Amino acid sequence: MDLSFTEEQEILKKSAHDFLAKECPKKLVKELDESETGYSPELWKKMADLGWMGSVLPEEYGGSGGNYLDLIVLLEEMGYNILPGPFFSTMILGAIPILQAGTEAQKQAYLPVIAGGEKIFTMALTEPSGKYDAAAVTVKATPAGGGYVINGVKLFVPDAHIADYILCVARTKDGADPEDGITVFIVDGKAPGIKTTLLMTLARDKQTEVVFDNVKVGKDRILGEVDKGWAIVKDTLRKAAVAKAAELVGHSQAALEMAVSYAKERVQFGRPIGSFQAIQHYCANMLTDVDGARYITYEAAWMLAEGLDATKQAAMAKAWVGDASRRVTLLAHQIFGAVGFTMELDLHLYYRRALAGAQAFGDSDYQREIVAQAIGL
Amino acid sequence: MAWERSDMDFRFTDKELAWRDEVEEFIKRELPPRWAEDSLSWPGGYGIISIFEEHLKDACRDLWRKLGKKGWLSMGWPGWPGEKYTHTKRAIYGDIMSYYGAPAGNIATGIGAGTIIMFGSEQMKKEWLPKIADGELSFWLAYSEPNAGSDLASLQTSAVEDGDDLVINGSKIWGSGAHVSDCAWMVVRTDPRATKKYQGITMLIVPNDAPGIEIRPLINICGIHSFNEVFFDNVRVSKKNIVGEMHQGWYYLMVALGFERLAVPLGGFRRTLEQLVRYTKETMRNGKPLSKDPLVRSRLADIATKIEIVGKFYWQIAWKGDRGIDSETDASIAKLVSTEISKDLAFAAMDIMSPYGQLATDSKWAPLAGRVQLGYLDCISALVGAGTNEIQRNIIAQRGLGLPRGK
Repeated sequence: MDLSFTEEQEILKKSAHDFLAKECPKKLVKELDESETGYSPELWKKMADLGWMGSVLPEEYGGSGGNYLDLIVLLEEMGYNILPGPFFSTMILGAIPILQAGTEAQKQAYLPVIAGGEKIFTMALTEPSGKYDAAAVTVKATPAGGGYVINGVKLFVPDAHIADYILCVARTKDGADPEDGITVFIVDGKAPGIKTTLLMTLARDKQTEVVFDNVKVGKDRILGEVDKGWAIVKDTLRKAAVAKAAELVGHSQAALEMAVSYAKERVQFGRPIGSFQAIQHYCANMLTDVDGARYITYEAAWMLAEGLDATKQAAMAKAWVGDASRRVTLLAHQIFGAVGFTMELDLHLYYRRALAGAQAFGDSDYQREIVAQAIGL
Repeated sequence: MAWERSDMDFRFTDKELAWRDEVEEFIKRELPPRWAEDSLSWPGGYGIISIFEEHLKDACRDLWRKLGKKGWLSMGWPGWPGEKYTHTKRAIYGDIMSYYGAPAGNIATGIGAGTIIMFGSEQMKKEWLPKIADGELSFWLAYSEPNAGSDLASLQTSAVEDGDDLVINGSKIWGSGAHVSDCAWMVVRTDPRATKKYQGITMLIVPNDAPGIEIRPLINICGIHSFNEVFFDNVRVSKKNIVGEMHQGWYYLMVALGFERLAVPLGGFRRTLEQLVRYTKETMRNGKPLSKDPLVRSRLADIATKIEIVGKFYWQIAWKGDRGIDSETDASIAKLVSTEISKDLAFAAMDIMSPYGQLATDSKWAPLAGRVQLGYLDCISALVGAGTNEIQRNIIAQRGLGLPRGK
């Protein structure tokens, strides 16, 4: 067993930590949260120059030949600092599916521009039903004029309003088995017929409603095979869940540190509040939650990086971390008392994002059903 | 602290897997038939453990002797001759033994020996370690007193110097297995005038057959005689039995408590989960197996995830041990996490089986041979034994997170 990161990963982690602390202070986070686009193109370019977008891409596509674990290292630090923007969408919902299922032409067309930070990607999967199973895919893609025409509504799509490309998960065939007949299309983000509306969310993360109104897309934009797209989606969902868990670990760690630091400084009844047992016990509970969340996420991430079947592990990680990060951020608020209930303190940013992360890519209840199946129930 | 870094890898080596098979083959062969059916322990609980029970005393000693012959009771003892066992190998051993409900060792092997090796004199090591390694000796923990539980430093049982001996007066309580063990592993007050109450405490070994010791059984809420109240009336013991230095016992005790708290019964959790899964698949309610009930599925998935979390901490600690990464609070975290989940498991099992979980062992309707209602009771001992979980949280907060003490 080796439960530590490599030297390179440790360096990446530290440099990401320091870079984000300097380049993305909370003032910028709040500005970006209130902005329409939700990201800073200057910061985006710096990240690309650092090679972050290329970290998981092979060298032949402009990347540095890293793996999914390297992305996890980055995402945990992004969660710790909070980094608004379409990095997660572009890498997890765009780059990875294309890398895994794309034709050589598609990989050449899209991966280098991702590595260079030139294009933003996302995936439109969820629909108004809010469910993540195959039967929930009802947006239709009908053959027409040598290509396809897409109609329907997608909801909770991250970053679609700024995306250059949207991987749209659509139904191309109706049949007895809902997992059969799903196709993933790489659609231009501003294609005629696409109407994107930004949703106002708890975490101010940029989730959108995307209406597809007779959106034309060519056959060359099919990712993988017609009707066989669900396998790509399942894999993406699993990787997205664990990647989101890594962000949540970062959020939780930050909340824990803020709370412990405050507990040492804040004096009431003539002593630091951290000397009271109730506060100490909250902190101890938070620490065990954060550590457990981290360990289970790393193992799931490692399995995914190794190409092992991580169905159970990924679901356990996402279920646990979703709940744990909500517990941790709430306890942190209780330690801060009223001052934590102000916009001035940054803690609520983590509390909000913990919720958003917990509900993304399958909430804890959804994940637990996957676990139930995996343990043979 | 540098070691050879390679890629992250959660797999066991082939050697470790072979070791696991070796341990499993051995224990399946050597455990008395019907051991699994007859031993009723709940993972994480302290109230129904085979090593504390009278009717299993001979079977345990028999097994310890066999384990001693294999050298498995002295695994990882620094400076001990024989094969070198990594923390991971020891953790694998512990996991398998726990899965089969078998005693991997006892208080002498798991707590006493380690402490003696670190702090005992050469003479003490020579006199005691071989017998412990052979499985010939068992200890009971003589720590708590009626007025000294969580506040153990306020212990009052005294030991007064008299020539080459110490004379002990006082009483101890909650000594699990005192009635089936050979010696007390004890902390006493030797300097009543010390300025701080944790100074002036001495750790020593007291044979149960020393005149003046009276063991009175206490019956725990599971109906089991696991612990005792023990009275010491002018009990004389040689100063040779002092562990380390006089008056330094508190520091050794902290180490001994660490050993105790690190003993997490991971295999037992796995086994109980398997039993629960099987139960829900085989039990019909309203024409459908319980395993198809969405609430049952969610609850069991949650418990399976929690047990996975216990495992994560378990293997992390073994791995850190092998890398020489020491964490002051790992033992407290391990104890806290695993015992809370012991309680969660008992509550989940009780709820899933409702109303059958209440049925006691001798009822033909009792699921899992009535283990669940015993577990529901025993999980309370998990939360309060070996240092209450409130104390563990204090330690984690103060030692681990640097939060200030009360005064």
